[in-house]
Amino acid sequence: MADLRLHGLTKRFGAVTAVDDLDLTVPAGSFFALLGASGCGKTTTLRMIAGLDQPTAGRVLLGDDDITGLRPYRRPVNTVFQSYALFPHLDVEENVAFGLRRRRQRDVEAQVEAMLALVQLGGYGKRRPAQLSGGQQQRVALARALINKPRVLLLDEPLGALDLTLRRRMQIELKRIQTEVGITFVHVTHDQEEAMTMADTVAVMHAGRLEQTGPPAELYDLPATPFVATFLGQSNLLAGDAAGRTGDDIAVSAYGARFTVPAARSRATGETIFLGVRPEKLHLATAGDDVPPAHQHVTGVVTDSSYVGVSSHYLVRTGWGTELAVFAPNTGAERQVPLGAEVCAHWHPRHAFLLNRPPGEGDRTAPADANLGVPA
Amino acid sequence: MTGSRSRPAYLLLLPAGLWLILFFVVPAVQLFGTSLYDPAGSLTEGYRMTWAFGNYPAALAAYWPQLLRSLGYAAAATVACLVLGLPLAYAIAVKAGRWRNVLLIAVVAPFFTSFLVRTLAWQTILSDSGLLVGLLRDVHLLGPDGRLLATPFAVVAGLTYNFLPFMVLPLYASLERLDGRLLEASADLYAGPAATFRRVTLPLAAPGIVAGTLLTFIPAAGDYINARLLGTPGTAMIGNVVDSAFLIRLDYPQAAALSFVLMAAVLLLVVAYLRRAGAAALDRVA
Ligand SMILES: Nc1ncnc2c1ncn2[C@@H]1O[C@H](COP(=O)(O)OP(=O)(O)OP(=O)(O)O)[C@@H](O)[C@H]1O
Ligand SMILES: [Mg+2]
Repeated sequence: MADLRLHGLTKRFGAVTAVDDLDLTVPAGSFFALLGASGCGKTTTLRMIAGLDQPTAGRVLLGDDDITGLRPYRRPVNTVFQSYALFPHLDVEENVAFGLRRRRQRDVEAQVEAMLALVQLGGYGKRRPAQLSGGQQQRVALARALINKPRVLLLDEPLGALDLTLRRRMQIELKRIQTEVGITFVHVTHDQEEAMTMADTVAVMHAGRLEQTGPPAELYDLPATPFVATFLGQSNLLAGDAAGRTGDDIAVSAYGARFTVPAARSRATGETIFLGVRPEKLHLATAGDDVPPAHQHVTGVVTDSSYVGVSSHYLVRTGWGTELAVFAPNTGAERQVPLGAEVCAHWHPRHAFLLNRPPGEGDRTAPADANLGVPA
Repeated sequence: MTGSRSRPAYLLLLPAGLWLILFFVVPAVQLFGTSLYDPAGSLTEGYRMTWAFGNYPAALAAYWPQLLRSLGYAAAATVACLVLGLPLAYAIAVKAGRWRNVLLIAVVAPFFTSFLVRTLAWQTILSDSGLLVGLLRDVHLLGPDGRLLATPFAVVAGLTYNFLPFMVLPLYASLERLDGRLLEASADLYAGPAATFRRVTLPLAAPGIVAGTLLTFIPAAGDYINARLLGTPGTAMIGNVVDSAFLIRLDYPQAAALSFVLMAAVLLLVVAYLRRAGAAALDRVA
């Protein structure tokens, strides 16, 4: 097995730089998720790996082989296209058999039947793509690529058209298939929850550039950039300045108060920083409650609360006007905090993190109605 | 699908339907009547309707070589049009970019001159003293006395030239709609350019191929201008026979019978072709 490596991969369309100097290693046999907002260059990256677009600069390596200039039909790579691209003139069976037939493989019928069973389309073999639902078409696209047992399978939002239930089922199914066949999956999605639940490694892209790569838990726990902190789940990012180091801690001054963050949890390289805390790491203390001694806090007023079952979401307006998001689990041990209550939002420093802040930028907090990143 | 619902649709058919009845069905019925007139009659003495079905075997016995030749030449020209037209249509549809419209106009440009004039121009091109013959004689592709004009080649070449746009336009229409992402998917699935063309492009262009071959073959089989201007009596097509029977020999029953023989032959071939290729093509895109 061989790793897939991208070296300085760049693609420009006229003035648009779709992919900008991407360096990436996808370990062999891993489930790798490429996560990013719409238009950030995910599809373009896949197309260069598949050979459908020639990079403006950079190289694509599979193991020790440089495949940058190789024609798509000579690459041991298959794609599940975002638009499916099923052949309308062929039935499901022949769509799935297409790659095998081009390589003159034996036992095509038996393999096709097994593959259709795997994607739960047994009995649909004689139908035309136009006679299938969107979700069924997507599964045909998956079967058509997977049956070739490529070294790398590229999946461009393969679950986009499925309803939530089927989507969850297919996520589990995909993960199972991947573990079973041991093929490297590069899975493109803009659903961060999907990326986190399925992938061994997540790479977050933003505007053609790679923001951060790592295991999902690591990205969530210690994001490297403000984009990752707010795209992968929610974060409260307070604008502050680093104010020296004491022992293993970095002191931060923000809005007239001083906080500390363990040096190991700092991604900041300069003085201008964001102090970040995830909403579920913030706890609310009302008058009379004790703030645990090791905790740090800011005070404010509850301006919004919504009950979402497993947890309650609050907005706490600080003295300087920023609204912090706070998620409190509904364990039954805590009572609801009423609107207008004076509260103290506190956290343990080991749950905070520091990021570089573009000069002049103020606080960043997640919008109140975004339910992204609610840990279930 | 009730009667009242589809009434507007029938109304829309009315103008074209009337036109067809007036200018196609009525003359065709008349012509069919003519084909059954007493063959002993003449224009001066008048014709009598004797239901002379014998006119058909007689005409066929006398002119079956010309009929077969017509179908053969038309088939050859259709194949030539397909071979020339497919790459051309593909290039215009897929590769031409902003030259697309210019090239399409170039394809139909010959229609701006009359059929007759275009064919006469080919007489010049193929003539014994022309550049082409000279060149071919120089490179010994033609013997010192070899000719192009007045050969079957000239007739088929003329047909090919004159009917090429009828092939290119439907081919272009079907190739232009081809989804480029399917070609990419094909390449991704180990199909090289040739396999992609055969397995994806060609099947998806099938409706255009069927339409183009019909639009070329049917008029080519009935053509007589090319054979008259570029051929010899030895290359006469059925159209030439009908032409001379109507206008020179004034044998109306025979001319009419031959017209129907041609129509029936073409119809038979077209039906057989559509049952093979057409059904498959229509089925494919459905
Ligand atoms: N052929 C092209 N010509 C010009 N610009 C292009 C082309 N293909 C992509 N782009 C641009 O490159 C950028 C990245 O596009 P890409 O399709 O890779 O995004 P994506 O991350 O896959 O988005 P989505 O999640 O919406 O599918 C976009 O700004 C897009 O407009
Ligand atoms: Mg995309």
